[in-house]
Amino acid sequence: MTPVRLLRTNAFRIAALYLALFAASMLALLAFIYVSTADYIERQTEETVDQEISALREEFQRGELPLLRHAIAQRSVGPLRSDQTLYLLTDPNLVPIEGNLSKWPNAQSVRPGWISFPLDVEVKGVTEVHQARAAVIDLSVAGRLGHYHLLVGRDLKDANLFRSSMVQTLAWASVLTLALGVVGGLFLTRNMLRRVDAVNRTSERIMRGDFSQRVPLSGSRDEFDQLATNLNAMLDQIERLMSGMRQVTDNIAHDLRTPLSRLRARLELALLEKPDAARYGEALRQSIAEADTLLVTFNALLSIAEAEAGTRREMLGAIDLEETARSVAELYEPVADEKGLALIAALDPRVRVRGDRHLLSQAIANLLDNALKYTPEGSVTLTVRAAEGWAYVEVTDTGPGVPAEQREAVFDRFYRLEGSRSTPGNGLGLSLVRAVARMHGGSVRMEDGRPGTARPGLKVTLAIPAIETAERPAQVPHPAPLGTS
Amino acid sequence: MKLLVIEDDREAAAYLVKGLSESGYVVDHAPDGRDGLFLGTSNQYDAMIIDRMLPCMDGLKVISALRAAEVRTPVLILSALGAVDDRVKGLRAGGDDYLVKPFAFSELLARIEALLRRAAPSTATTRLKVDELEIDLLARAVHRAGQSIELLPREFRLLEYLMRHAGQVVTRTMLLEHVWDYHFDPQTNVIDVHISRLRQKIDRGFSHALLRTVRGAGYMLRGREHGA
Repeated sequence: MTPVRLLRTNAFRIAALYLALFAASMLALLAFIYVSTADYIERQTEETVDQEISALREEFQRGELPLLRHAIAQRSVGPLRSDQTLYLLTDPNLVPIEGNLSKWPNAQSVRPGWISFPLDVEVKGVTEVHQARAAVIDLSVAGRLGHYHLLVGRDLKDANLFRSSMVQTLAWASVLTLALGVVGGLFLTRNMLRRVDAVNRTSERIMRGDFSQRVPLSGSRDEFDQLATNLNAMLDQIERLMSGMRQVTDNIAHDLRTPLSRLRARLELALLEKPDAARYGEALRQSIAEADTLLVTFNALLSIAEAEAGTRREMLGAIDLEETARSVAELYEPVADEKGLALIAALDPRVRVRGDRHLLSQAIANLLDNALKYTPEGSVTLTVRAAEGWAYVEVTDTGPGVPAEQREAVFDRFYRLEGSRSTPGNGLGLSLVRAVARMHGGSVRMEDGRPGTARPGLKVTLAIPAIETAERPAQVPHPAPLGTS
Repeated sequence: MKLLVIEDDREAAAYLVKGLSESGYVVDHAPDGRDGLFLGTSNQYDAMIIDRMLPCMDGLKVISALRAAEVRTPVLILSALGAVDDRVKGLRAGGDDYLVKPFAFSELLARIEALLRRAAPSTATTRLKVDELEIDLLARAVHRAGQSIELLPREFRLLEYLMRHAGQVVTRTMLLEHVWDYHFDPQTNVIDVHISRLRQKIDRGFSHALLRTVRGAGYMLRGREHGA
């Protein structure tokens, strides 16, 4: 990833904006700390000075000048140090009388109040200039004209030292924090970009044709993982559809090729023979019948593909499953009758599902068709019932059944049981049933119709989600032959 | 009877024109949507057969334009698209019937006849009569030569459809579509069984069979006055 690209990314812009906001608020905080600390130190100094002044004022009131002088002399013993309080008492002409300052610092400011002035201090034989701050008061001495001046102050060197070291500390802290912010922001941005890049790389590889690629997961279950999971689920779905389509085309190619070559051979053969109107007519009729069979197979494959693709899912409306099943049962009732089989319908009238009426009708028709075709004697029962949010369509017959190990395979396209190859059919009926079941979010399964008996028969159950109705089905009605119920 | 065929495939068009002409119709042909719309709006036809996918102008657009121009001629749509949604779209655009390619010519002919019959002015009938077979649509009662015949509701609808198209061939697909509203081919030939049941009820015991099988096409309900 080039730095230029990094700068252009959204993630980086967001990180930079946050960093700027963060820096501004941090500077405001540090400034506040500095100002309030400096203010505190200044007030400390002034308080100390004020206390001294009031103590000296007390001395002065008790015993006038001599006592004051004594007190000052006592306090200002020794050489001048930076932590010492400064004292100076002068007469009205600013001539020093007592104190540790040699002269009045600033002749202009003798009025009572606070003054600041430079102070020469001797440290280890070298004279340094320090800042000092002092309070000045006037004292009226009896019998003298004018005011005596008293100055009490502090060397500010220590306070200034502290202040500058604080500024330095705060500056370093700011630099360090900003550096951490920049590094963290870059790290986060890079991290985010890496994961977006992973998605991009995967999609590029897929677009180049490698459909097995999937977006990697970080395992953190965050938004990126959710995105990746959804993308992968979508890719799985697309791959399933694609392989389904491929299978359909493969099967169409495979299973239409045989009848097509048969058709072609028949026509060619007819052409080779001696011209004879009757024979030609027969060959043409057979060819048309062959073409019709081909079309039926083709249509069945397309229906399956359509159901499998689930293209119409969003258009599914609520339908009455009982009515749908009854209508199909009515269509097949004469067929059963003709074969001497009883077609029994036990339909719960309150079962509703969200589905495609045409495809569901076709699925039920295929199930009934199979049951009637393979049951030599006995009955075929069509049941519609609902339980625990599912709608069930069951077709139970008394025929030979399907061996347990082939109950999966019979749903595959063009699969036909050994014994049934002589019966007409294209081996697509159950494939459609399964495709329709899946399209409706359901499933289809096979079991013995009457378990444990010599001729178990077969029960095929189509299960799809039911629409919840306020009124729960009370009871499945008693099975009754069609027409009389 | 004059028909307009709008079909771009030359071979298919020739097949349609030849077949329809041999069946006694006068046929005009247009090879694309624009020409078809021009012919359809400037001449008077009894029915039109319009392919859905046409050059210059889509078949459904042609139908919409015809309907917008107050041309009420019945239209049969021909299409390779056979899903239920496609049919619905076609019929919504103003088509009267929908036939999926490829089709048997007899199927097309039967549907054209049904369309022409539908276009004929018909007063709201409550009774239908073919020879001595009579049905009362209000009372849902059936009589033949004064004898009452009991029919199940579905049998009644089947008979009603056949009577409305008396003298015409109706195909198995037409019956599945109009009587049962199904658009798929059942594997077993269930329609034949229904017909034979109905035949037992209406023709048994009478010398003249009204309900006949037309080989390779379908069925026809025909009275003596429809000719031999």
